[in-house]
Order: sequence, then structure tokens, then C-alpha cells
Amino acid sequence: MSEQSKKVAVFACSGIGKSLGSVAREIGYELTERVKKKKKKKKKKKKKKKKRPHTTVLTCSALLVINDPEARKLITENPVIAIDGCVLDCAKKSLEANGAKNVRAYQSIDFFKKHNHLKPEGIAELNEAGKKLAALAADELAGVVDELLAEEVKNV
Amino acid sequence: MSDKPRKVGIISCSGEAIPGGTISRVACRKVLEELRPGKSVTICLPLFIAGGEEERMFADLFPTITVDGCEKRCAALGTERLSGKPTKTLIVRQILKEKGIPPTTKLRNLGPEEKVAAQEVAEEIAAAIDEILAKE
Repeated sequence: MSEQSKKVAVFACSGIGKSLGSVAREIGYELTERVKKKKKKKKKKKKKKKKRPHTTVLTCSALLVINDPEARKLITENPVIAIDGCVLDCAKKSLEANGAKNVRAYQSIDFFKKHNHLKPEGIAELNEAGKKLAALAADELAGVVDELLAEEVKNV
Repeated sequence: MSDKPRKVGIISCSGEAIPGGTISRVACRKVLEELRPGKSVTICLPLFIAGGEEERMFADLFPTITVDGCEKRCAALGTERLSGKPTKTLIVRQILKEKGIPPTTKLRNLGPEEKVAAQEVAEEIAAAIDEILAKE
């Protein structure tokens, strides 16, 4: 894969038993949508010849359980952000078990510690506080996407 | 078999990147919380990799239904490979097709159409639980 087509792969644990698993999932959605929005801006900026290559791809974490070849290719050829809902670190460990090397791992509990007025509740349907928490976390992780892509360019 | 009331395990693929994964996840939670509380139990699918022997015993301890969002069947294949053969395997897309419901398109913030789809899938899972428990 060429450096221009490098993506940051985003994996969320989507834990089905805890609200923080739902927060991890929501962060994944917020992050990939947010970065995509920047990508649109990039197109506008491109006309002014300013480059800012933001690209992310949200992928099903379940694919790692079956050692899916396409998912393995994605995580071994691209930097990855893992977002876990609890200390068991399922997303991070699944990525490592499948050969991912450049992984930045986060836990939604840490974002909650920073913004503890936003208590997430609900699993199938996350409450508003949980959604706000996910949005704030995605704001922070959007910067990590920038860093990871910058590192990829440096390593050419 | 012990005298303990039996429970049925349900494992959702929870696929984040496909609408069927979201339906699978929401339907499974509906079964656990509303339709068959006390008769159903779940585990996060990735725990088969990240967890230990106790987690991998899941499909041995409970007759298990897997619920997949797409034909990749990650929950069914992953459970069989890492825990044990599922008693029943369900695929969201097939259930919806059989019920004449068009495939859903949203990944989150479900609308009325997705909620109907999730309810139908949940009822299918609940029926499968009843069927398994009746045979126990």
C-alpha cells in the first residue's frame, strides 16, 4: 500500500455487557465520521494546494476472532487505534493476536475519568451523557489519527 | 445435569461496520433485558481471544445461539473455533429476508425501521431459546 493510501484502522470492542463497551463503539463511530468530515475539508483545501491526509476506516472487531485475511492485511499494513470498554482489553489483545504492530490503545473508562460528570448508561441505547462522552473522546483521538498518519509519512 | 435452572447463551457478532451487526447487538440486548431475562446469558465475542479458559468454556456450559449480522458468520465460526459448537446459528440478514423486511442501513441512532427489524430478530432469538429449553 502506498503512503498516500494509508489509513488509520479503528477497532472498538463493542462489549455487549457494559455501558462503557457501548461508549467504545460510539467513539469509533464519532471518530470515523469526524475524520471523514475533515477529509471533506481537505478536498476544499486541496484546491488551495494544502495537504492534510486524514483517513480512517472502522472495521468489525469480530473479524479478528475468525482471523479474517482482509482484516489482518488492514491491521498489519496500517496504524491502528483500539478502543476498549474495560480493562480486559479485548480489542487490543485481538489486534496483537492478529499481528498488528502499530497500535495505539485506549479504554473508554479513562475518558470517563477525565469527564466524570458524563456518566454513560444503557447498552443497546446509550444515554445522552454517554454520547457526549464519546464525542469528547473522539475529539481527542482525532489528534491521534493526525499523529499516526504523520508518523507514516516520516517512515517512508 | 444439575437442578439449576438452565440458561441459553447468546453471542452477538456486534459488527460495528455493518448495519446487521448493530441489529444483532440490539436484538440480543432486548432478549437479555426484556424478552427472556433469567433464561439467557451472554459473553462478548472477542473475550474468546482476550479471555482465559473460563471464557472459552462458555459454549460447553450453555447451549449457545450465535447471532451474526452478515454471511461472514464471525460469531458462529469464532464460537465454534474457540469455545464449542453452537446449538443454533442465526443470521440477521436471513431472518429479515424471511420476514419480508428490507435490509437496514443505519449503524447507530436507530430509526423506526431498524427498531422493527431488531424486534423481529429478538423474537426469533427468544423462540430459539424456548425451543432449546424445551428439549433440555
